Amino acid sequence: MSGSSEGEGRGEVPGRREREELLVGIAGQPNVGKTTVFNLLTGLAQHVGNWPGKTIERKLGYLSVNGTRMRVVDLPGAYSLTANSEEERISRDFVIHERPDVLVMVADASALERNLYLLAELLLLPAPVILALNMTDVAESEGIRIEPHVLEAALGIPVVPMVARRSVGLPRLREVIERVVRGRGFFSPRRPEITSTRRETLHRVLERVRGLLPDGYPDDWVAVKLLEGDDEVTAKVREWMPAEEWAALEDLLRQNEDAILDVVSSRYEWIARLVRAAVTRPKLGPVSLTDRIDRVALHPVGGLAVLGALFALVFWLTYAVAAPMQNWLDVAVVGGVRRGVASWASGWPDWLASLVSGGILGGAGVVLTFLPILAVFFAALGALEDTGYLARAAFVMDRFMHRLGLHGRSTLPLFLGFGCNVPAVLGSRVIDSRRGRLLTILLAPLVPCSARFAILAFLTPAFFGSGATLVAWSLVLLNLLVLAGAGVVLNRFVLRGERAAFIMELPLYHVPSHRTIGHFVWNNTWAFVKNAGSIILVFSVAVWALSSLPPGDVEQSVLARFGHALSPVGSLMGMDWRMVVALLSSFVAKENAIATLGVLYGGGGEAAGLADVMAAAVPPAAALAFLVVTMLFIPCVATMAVIRKESASWGWTAFSVGLLLAVALTAGIVVYQGARLLGWGV
Amino acid sequence: VTDEGGNHSVGLDSVPSGRRAVVRGLEGGRAFTSRLAALGLVIGTPLRILENRGQGPVLALVRDTRVALGRREALKILVEEIPDERVE
Repeated sequence: MSGSSEGEGRGEVPGRREREELLVGIAGQPNVGKTTVFNLLTGLAQHVGNWPGKTIERKLGYLSVNGTRMRVVDLPGAYSLTANSEEERISRDFVIHERPDVLVMVADASALERNLYLLAELLLLPAPVILALNMTDVAESEGIRIEPHVLEAALGIPVVPMVARRSVGLPRLREVIERVVRGRGFFSPRRPEITSTRRETLHRVLERVRGLLPDGYPDDWVAVKLLEGDDEVTAKVREWMPAEEWAALEDLLRQNEDAILDVVSSRYEWIARLVRAAVTRPKLGPVSLTDRIDRVALHPVGGLAVLGALFALVFWLTYAVAAPMQNWLDVAVVGGVRRGVASWASGWPDWLASLVSGGILGGAGVVLTFLPILAVFFAALGALEDTGYLARAAFVMDRFMHRLGLHGRSTLPLFLGFGCNVPAVLGSRVIDSRRGRLLTILLAPLVPCSARFAILAFLTPAFFGSGATLVAWSLVLLNLLVLAGAGVVLNRFVLRGERAAFIMELPLYHVPSHRTIGHFVWNNTWAFVKNAGSIILVFSVAVWALSSLPPGDVEQSVLARFGHALSPVGSLMGMDWRMVVALLSSFVAKENAIATLGVLYGGGGEAAGLADVMAAAVPPAAALAFLVVTMLFIPCVATMAVIRKESASWGWTAFSVGLLLAVALTAGIVVYQGARLLGWGV
Repeated sequence: VTDEGGNHSVGLDSVPSGRRAVVRGLEGGRAFTSRLAALGLVIGTPLRILENRGQGPVLALVRDTRVALGRREALKILVEEIPDERVE
């Protein structure tokens, strides 16, 4: 029970647990350079994991100042400490349950009022706070002048001005952290007080909760959250209280349902007083660069043109830069290793050499050769994200997303899907309603990933010659149309219910930092390696086994028999058993389809050879049907694994697979039978 | 909507680009109110509409923050337009 906080001067932090390591939390709103500050403090030695039971990344590092070693935790970006989002819940639970020795709140000096709102909330929690006033250069360039000492005096907490991008202010921040952690820093905050008309109400709520709250929950914070109508806190207090007392409290809260307006207004009154004291700013700022760019970037027509042009650029860059690297990796590295193994393993039995060369190196080669494409794609997308542009893309796409039952926020995860569907599904975390998240997860596999682009690039010229580009883009368009159609139908008939609100900050444009882009590339590419890499390797060995057993002729293998068994379905789409098997192997990794065709058609994996053999053996209508089905087919096994993880439901995973299977087969049959009826390409 | 003071409030979605307004009411429930508050928008906050094309989302400059709002959300924010003369 936390009678301990009762009546004490709250500059003291009550009941802090004995811990071996000192703990520092880095808090802040999104887009304030919080992660830059974290990186500066901890250097490169970071551990990236997840918050327990959550899908949000948790970054941990260490900081040593004058021999004092501290553990530093980067909290997720949160605008406030209400239970509106997972990030906000994590931040407040961290302070309540882990009791950091100090919190560093990073604020954007050019948007100080909004940033101080989070501070107003943090000051009610049991941890001393340092305000790291970041981006003072941006504020100055806008004519905003902040006097840190005045702010410090008015707040009663340490204030450190910084330009984290250029490491300005870092030594002072380190010093202040150490001082506060050692209990030598000053901390006597002036907290916001509720409007006088509600003071009595707050007092009555306080009286009722006092003595009933578990350790770590400050009475006044809980009382304020109850007045705000915070669902999570309300449910908890109800659990902690005897039923009769709860009934009385609930009654009191019901009479004050509009108290939230006073709670939030009183915070901004507190902020206004601080700003009046410490900040001078031009009366009417000039039209900023951001607003000038936005006039084009957010224009209903112009904005779409900008979006289209930027995406064309991203794709061009990806393939122009990555394709040669991919080729080099394939020929020099994978080929080299393969030759090395072959000469080294000359004494090995045939099957073992084949397992290593075909199964293991084949799978590892697939993973390896995809890394350049993903890295370049994510770097380009990360640069767009870090300039602030992707938030504009969300704005422009919002009206279309609405038709699919989504809103602008789903834009980024779906875009990620063009690189790889795995990070697309993982990226659905940014969406704040479960329904919106689920819908995004279900639609993500319909975004053609780079592996499917590779298949198009390889097979369309073989089959369609000069018409290849047209066919390839039509197939991509087909995917997007199916995505839109599926969205409309799922939204209308399957996933009904409340829509999430589209409320989103559009940050100022700024020059992207290579560090942030590096992080973005690393996180998303690593998601592919971690989730897809090992699975592709395992399944590659499994497919090798199925196609090599019993030893001898591929045509007699288990895989071939499986293909033969399914060929009645295949024949509806004009596909023979080899194409059916290739399709099945694309379940492991989409690009496996090519390798499998290579084995089964005996092109020996040589690009030119296979293309010629297939062009001769497969009529165009069947080839088109094959491509259509491949583009729409069930998610690869790695994507399926993350769908399961993110939806936390086998039911929805099965639904996703069933849906795509039905769509792909229907489309394949329609295309092939349609072509036959028209007498084309059979 | 006209309040006791005779002031005329409209949904934010009907304020054209470039105009200024003051927030007079929030009609989306407590979670809605607290999300907007965290971005700087409470009753009494002056704001400027940066983008409103009659359809699609609305962009408002609230304090120093550009807040994008779906039309559905903009509709629930009641504001009073400030005539241009009153802008200093």
